[in-house]
Amino acid sequence: MKRRTFGALAAAALAAGVAVPALAQETLTIGAVAPKTGPLAGGAAVTYWPNVQLWAHDVNARGGLQVGDAQYMVEVIEYDDQTNPGETIKAVQRLVSQDEADIVLPPYSTGLNLAAAPIYNRFGLPMVTATATTDQADQLSQQFPNVFFTLGGAQAIVESTVVAMDALRDEGVIGNKLAMVNVADAFGIELMNQAGPAFEAAGYDIVYETSYPLGTQDLSPVMKGAKAAGPDAFIAWSYPPDTFALTEQAIVEGLEVGAFFTAVGTAFPAYQARFGDDAEGVLGIGGVHADGEAFQEYAARHEEVTGAKPDYWASAMVYSSFQVLEEAIREVGSLDNPAIIEFIKGHAFDTVIGVLDFNENNNNTAFWTVGQWQDGVFKGVASTGREGAVPVLAGPDWN
Amino acid sequence: MDVIVTGLLLGGTYALIAMGLNLQYGMARIMNLANGEMLVAGAFAAFWLYGAGQVSPFLTVVLVAPLAFALNWAIYMVFLGPLVKRAKSRGQLEVDAILTTFGLSFVAVGIMLAVFGGDYFSYSYLSFPVALLGGTYGANRLAAFVAAVAICGALYLWLNRSRPGMSIRAIAVAPDSARLVGIDVGRLAALAFALGGAVTATGGALISTFLTLDASTGVLFTLKALVIVIMGGVGDVRGTVVAALMLGLLETFVASVIDPGLTLAAAYLLFVTILLFRPQGLFGRKTA
Amino acid sequence: MRLTAKNWQGLALTAVLLGVAACLPLLTTAYWLTIGVTIALYTVLATSWALFSGPTHYISLATAAFFGVGTYTTGLGIEHLPYWVLPPLAGLIGAALAALVGLATLRLSGVYFVIFTLGLAEFIRQIITWGQTVSGTKGIYVLTSITEAHIYWQLLGLAGLVWLLGWLIGRSRLGFALRIIGDDEEVARHSGIHTARAKVLLFMVPGAFAAITGAVLAPRYVYIEPILAFTPMLSFQVVIMALLGGTGRLWGPVVGVIPFTFLWEGISASVPNQTTLLLGVAFLVIVYVLPRGFVGLIEDARARVNRAEGYA
Repeated sequence: MKRRTFGALAAAALAAGVAVPALAQETLTIGAVAPKTGPLAGGAAVTYWPNVQLWAHDVNARGGLQVGDAQYMVEVIEYDDQTNPGETIKAVQRLVSQDEADIVLPPYSTGLNLAAAPIYNRFGLPMVTATATTDQADQLSQQFPNVFFTLGGAQAIVESTVVAMDALRDEGVIGNKLAMVNVADAFGIELMNQAGPAFEAAGYDIVYETSYPLGTQDLSPVMKGAKAAGPDAFIAWSYPPDTFALTEQAIVEGLEVGAFFTAVGTAFPAYQARFGDDAEGVLGIGGVHADGEAFQEYAARHEEVTGAKPDYWASAMVYSSFQVLEEAIREVGSLDNPAIIEFIKGHAFDTVIGVLDFNENNNNTAFWTVGQWQDGVFKGVASTGREGAVPVLAGPDWN
Repeated sequence: MDVIVTGLLLGGTYALIAMGLNLQYGMARIMNLANGEMLVAGAFAAFWLYGAGQVSPFLTVVLVAPLAFALNWAIYMVFLGPLVKRAKSRGQLEVDAILTTFGLSFVAVGIMLAVFGGDYFSYSYLSFPVALLGGTYGANRLAAFVAAVAICGALYLWLNRSRPGMSIRAIAVAPDSARLVGIDVGRLAALAFALGGAVTATGGALISTFLTLDASTGVLFTLKALVIVIMGGVGDVRGTVVAALMLGLLETFVASVIDPGLTLAAAYLLFVTILLFRPQGLFGRKTA
Repeated sequence: MRLTAKNWQGLALTAVLLGVAACLPLLTTAYWLTIGVTIALYTVLATSWALFSGPTHYISLATAAFFGVGTYTTGLGIEHLPYWVLPPLAGLIGAALAALVGLATLRLSGVYFVIFTLGLAEFIRQIITWGQTVSGTKGIYVLTSITEAHIYWQLLGLAGLVWLLGWLIGRSRLGFALRIIGDDEEVARHSGIHTARAKVLLFMVPGAFAAITGAVLAPRYVYIEPILAFTPMLSFQVVIMALLGGTGRLWGPVVGVIPFTFLWEGISASVPNQTTLLLGVAFLVIVYVLPRGFVGLIEDARARVNRAEGYA
């Protein structure tokens, strides 16, 4: 019986809390749910958690979050969802009903974000995701009008990769022969399916094409196969552990290509830490306006506060998505979620990656797509409308 | 030729992963679900020492092995020994061991997360190409293979030639009779378990030179090790080696000739097929 | 068959409890409903698991395989078929798959069976992943209007079904045969019991129920990919919860599921940074303090009460 009363109280408090900011409260409770364990923990540890920490630090350093006339310090509750969608749903419920969180940040990764979308929708919470990639934003935003996508989808990434390769082909760095592999998992498959036709339409000849399962411990057969086909460029739609493994195998095998592209994980600082000078010239998903002041300042603060460098793709985007939420709350002047969602739909936001706004499908259409390691920094070489792209250079030289 | 060498190298890696579990499950009768975490811990140690002082992972092993030995000895004494005493039957012990070591694996992941964080860790060591029999291979994989051969060879000799080794085999076959001929079963089981842990941690330190790991990846290695140990037959060094090599060769063959997308499916198919025709594993004894 | 007063009592009690549980979505907040879904989910999985593994002592780690197959049945079928067809369809597929596996594993015993089922789950996951690559589909979106409460009720219904089935099996010749197999397979064979058929038949029960559960849960996940649908953790959690409760009784697993869910929830909520560590510790405590599971604890307590009454 006690439990039920407690639950009812929580519901009442929730109803009150959503409608008007509690007056007596000195701090705002921020909820964050993402993997700390499980298959996606490694990625979340690089891209997600440090930004939660940094954002809370920044807000408090500014004297708190402005809501209407008052300023509140923020306090973060972090939950580990163990990379399990059931746990994500449970933790979001817990944040809202039990912890009475004032703001709930979006979860991590495409699968976990989408699993949590119905819950966010039911509570009317704004969900500005920076780690979900989808090409179905139109359909999803109809079902979940509170969800916003910022990271872009596979289609744009593939198109940009084609553009980057075209640039190298025009310069005569590479010819028409491509080796292309992918990890047999959702995002890798999606990218591969679009990349095949796109490159063929652009006049490329795919001389080697294969996929490998997630968790493959030895990728040398893949790399040997690719090398034997004698390609001019190598493209892998890969995930972090295999991005590392493919690069190492390519170096060991002495793969000679004019362009070397690995997907997720190439933009991680750990990539450069591991391969050092051999990383120079490697292309990958992501990129940032590395020479821009906003990013450099953000990167310096990130390293100072969290002790780690941000990655050169989604890190800044995650932080930006928190900034969007913060600015919307400040401008609306309350924690009234429907008003915040309306505000996000209709405005442009100034963030560490530049100006961020959303189209009629709640989708941000300007994002970085392809980057390249140049002088120890992973610089954006292609985007869908971001400023500051640098020209793409000839690929890595491992011999 | 290329396929064979690559497959053998991968098989060597698998042998490193599985040999420790074989000792722990085959000899000490503890189905250790926390085995993969011990492997990751060994890899962490190598990574950390390499980052801190450029210490070669092959030197790290000298430090890691005794530490892991001591740690696993303690784990056996504190957690598992009482279970062995309490268990009325082999089945009961199996259930208890599964539960306990599953709990231990959580504890280990928790500690590693707290100490090292959840980030990926990887470094470059010996990652230059070596030409061999007309192909090129990573020097780190070759080195790990040589180490695997040395470790498995030493274990085999020790188990078959030395007195403690033979006593350990005796407790694996018939614990009750072993007691009758004056073998201290409890102490030897602890020895086998600790040795298994040391071998696993050593394997972890060696494979960290070419694999990218994070604190939560242990369970993947536990699964692989279980498959190899069961396929080879519990409690037999030769079985584990043969199973590991078969798996390595098959995966490489499928990846090179058929489709890399089917490598892991083929691995499990092999496993399932072997158990269908030899339910006790390749070298396993019939159990009652 | 004839039912004693005690049987009626048990049936009525179960029905009443299920009825009370069914009111949960109407009475409490969404949070408790989510906990309710978790409990109902693991109750179905653990109880059906124990129906096979309890009497036979065969520990199956194939739950995730069947669950994932069920999830994919809904994921792939939702565009072509009405939703209500899918869970039964998943059940049929799960049962058929379980029958195949059962036939293949007849010769395995002990730990070989354990690892075989684990390998099987991974094998199916790999095949589905590869199928996805070849056919060019990726993660599947399941967009429906099914709510948490609907899922909860379906799971409760399933739980009722599992109990009813378990109770019927327990009273049938099959249940009797299985108990003998569990005690001694040789004896069972010699007394003319068709051990193979009995085991395969029974193995189809957890297979079917896990597949149905997966099918029911798919709308909750919205987005389905193999890494989430086939997570091996699920198989382990089911085993742990069932063993924690005790597999000797039909109501054993649920006695494990409920405290475990609250423990898990309590730890996740109060120490989010050391969740894994503390869960591990809690686990160890359970093994050492409650060696016979909660059923053992409850029966000891009952025995003590009875004894006290006897003296009075």
